[in-house]
Amino acid sequence: MSNPITFALAGNPNAGKTTLFNTLTGARQHVGNYPGVTVEKKAGAYTFPSGEEATIIDLPGTYSLTAYSVEEVVARDYLVQEKPDVVINITDASNLERNLYLSAQLLELGVPMVIALNMIDVARDRGISLDAHRLSALLKVPVIPIIARSGKGTAELMAAALELARRKSPWNPLHISYGEDVDLALQTMAQCITTAGFLQDSYTPRWLALKYLEGDSQIQEKGRRNNPAVDKELQEIVAKVGEHLHKTMETYPEAIIADHRYGYIKSVLRQEVIAHKFDIDRLHASDRIDKVLTNRFMGPLIMLAILLGLYKFTFTYSQLPVAWFAAFFGWLSAHLSTILPDGHLKSMLISGVIHGMGGVLGFVPLIMFMFFGIAILEDSGYLARVAFMMDRVFRIFGLHGSSVMAYIVSGGIAGGCAVPGVMAARTLRSPRERLATLLTVSFMNCGAKLPVLALLTATFFSRSQAQLMFLLTLLAWVVALTAAKILRLTVLRGESTPFVMELPPYRFPTFRGLLIHTWERTWQYIKKAGTTILAISILIWAMMTFPGLPQSEEQNFARQRQEVTASTAQTVDNQQLKEKLAAIDTAQAGSTLRHSLAGRIGITMESVSWLPGFDWRTNIALVGGFAAKEVIVTTLGTAYSLGETDPENNASLSETLAKDPHWNPVVALALIVFVMFYAPCFVTVVCISKESGSWKWGLFSICFNTTFAFLLATLVYQGGRLMGFAG
Amino acid sequence: MPTVPLRQMQKDQSGTITAVKVGGELGRRIRDMGIVPGTRITIMGRAPLFDPVAIRIMGGTLTLRNSEADHIEVEIA
Ligand SMILES: Nc1nc2c(ncn2[C@@H]2O[C@H](COP(=O)(O)OP(=O)(O)O)[C@@H](O)[C@H]2O)c(=O)[nH]1
Repeated sequence: MSNPITFALAGNPNAGKTTLFNTLTGARQHVGNYPGVTVEKKAGAYTFPSGEEATIIDLPGTYSLTAYSVEEVVARDYLVQEKPDVVINITDASNLERNLYLSAQLLELGVPMVIALNMIDVARDRGISLDAHRLSALLKVPVIPIIARSGKGTAELMAAALELARRKSPWNPLHISYGEDVDLALQTMAQCITTAGFLQDSYTPRWLALKYLEGDSQIQEKGRRNNPAVDKELQEIVAKVGEHLHKTMETYPEAIIADHRYGYIKSVLRQEVIAHKFDIDRLHASDRIDKVLTNRFMGPLIMLAILLGLYKFTFTYSQLPVAWFAAFFGWLSAHLSTILPDGHLKSMLISGVIHGMGGVLGFVPLIMFMFFGIAILEDSGYLARVAFMMDRVFRIFGLHGSSVMAYIVSGGIAGGCAVPGVMAARTLRSPRERLATLLTVSFMNCGAKLPVLALLTATFFSRSQAQLMFLLTLLAWVVALTAAKILRLTVLRGESTPFVMELPPYRFPTFRGLLIHTWERTWQYIKKAGTTILAISILIWAMMTFPGLPQSEEQNFARQRQEVTASTAQTVDNQQLKEKLAAIDTAQAGSTLRHSLAGRIGITMESVSWLPGFDWRTNIALVGGFAAKEVIVTTLGTAYSLGETDPENNASLSETLAKDPHWNPVVALALIVFVMFYAPCFVTVVCISKESGSWKWGLFSICFNTTFAFLLATLVYQGGRLMGFAG
Repeated sequence: MPTVPLRQMQKDQSGTITAVKVGGELGRRIRDMGIVPGTRITIMGRAPLFDPVAIRIMGGTLTLRNSEADHIEVEIA
């Protein structure tokens, strides 16, 4: 048997590509990544009524095939290199003219193609009637009207694609005329390419020449590497036409090409393909909704309410399942601790593996709820409006209107979480803006930082705690946005990506679509984060456990226990005995921690940490806080030998700190700012690395944030001391 | 008929694009989305801070920043 047939789905964003893909393949999907980039690669299987199987590849949604963003490069490289049997070009029938721009480019590439006229229901409601047969005759490819949402027409579509695949016809590129100047240049260039046999393995000469004229940087780069001489010759021709066009018509080759492509489309549509019953500018229901939702005064208020609602929804309703997960892991570790013998294995399983897994899986309900909420906003079309309304503000900081979601979820309203925040940055399509967002959302006050902030503010600023907490939320925003600006002026320097964006009509999301969306992203999180995080949490456990106490000290504690047991046995007071033993246990835990690698690091770090005023105990807690910010309070408790400290109820730790001569409001404030801004917890770091496609950025966020936090905390501490607040 | 830059158009005003004077990445992006000479355009509205602008073109709605709209000239009609 030959290889199964491969169909590639190509189309504009919002044309219904995902919906069609889901309708065709159902649950038989596989999501991966294209090598080297973070663009998702989705493949699925389709079975024909005859039992024959086909593989369907979902290409990223693009408006064009000229290298502009990663999505376009990926889509084009796939078509040219993998040569699918047939391309199914899905178009939005209610917006056909623009959608055919991509179709025209696919025709110019010459790949065997079937056009799916999607959303004919929407088109009909808008009074647009289309003649698919005529369109098919004019474009010389099959054109099948479908409704991806209900599956209507998809069987015919697949049958047409199968028939075309069976024919195995060679690629047949369409030649559009681009006017005298460009056509002449194309001819000369094509000749030059043919004679030199330049890049002939996967491209036709005319197509290559066209890409050169369009200023396609990816193709030009390839050409330069392949044959610098021919590349130079071609570049010269391009420069000459460019100059000529600029002088005579004040225009660019790529502009002429685009104009003629649209001209070709218009000429096709004019031949009785399309008829409008209403004026084309008529206001549709969606536009009437927009009159309210993006109204200059009401719009922002409604947006605030909707975002707040999403936030409440995510963090309130995920509380219960999060508690179940926590209870389950609590039960598991309690159960293991009774059946396993004391020792390193038990300690590793409980503190390393179970806490680590709990750390990852504990986020799952939160992430699911958040993605569900975002999927609603995204699929309904509202997210694009948020970007539209917020863009002016975020642009000041070198960001994009769509960044706002990521910040809010991360804790823009105190108590979010950077992990789903980082993943929410996926909705951003501009690479530099997206990275700047990824790297700065962790500055927000996530739920795990709150116990630390609450403890310190309650202990040292009890009279103005509420005001201070509010100020800290504002500070987080200021710092995050400023940091984004700094990044965009330095490592992520570059012009802002064009904002030109579609405001798709409002649509009711389908429940199935939402579920698939949510599950896909959640599962990726579990898969990606699970493995790495398990390894790191075992590492951190080891750092806080090894090297163990020297034997002499171990014996010392053992002796103390014996003495206590012996002396108390005489008084027969069980309660008192337990308490005394527990006190020894915590003292031992304290010394073990101090003796461990983490403890030694903490002590070594005192040589610099005196600058922001932190002692070794705080340092250890901060090292532990890298595992998860919640750990800071617990580790501080252990370092002060207070035994198990419940992060929610830490009266004893608060008292100890208040009495400790080392501590005062200035130290507390320095620690607060440090905790707010230093290295993100490692779950976040892992997510940043995965989402940015490189560990470099994960590492960068650790270094950048910690340096930044250190400087700020030092400023607070030294400044406060100079002004005499350190009392 | 007067020709004005897109930035200066009022809400609900319509016209026909006469020129898109920008090349490079931005120019290509603008054209990919259907903003080419000869196409009808209507201003749908502006964001709260007057920027970006939402336009109706070829039956769909697009948004552009004012700085991007500066490159587009429209004959009001
Ligand atoms: N009325 C209608 N809506 C559709 C149809 N196909 C897709 N949609 C909706 O259009 C929106 C965008 O579809 P989606 O598949 O996410 O578009 P993509 O960006 O191309 O993947 C979703 O809300 C779909 O439910 C259709 O044939 N008719």
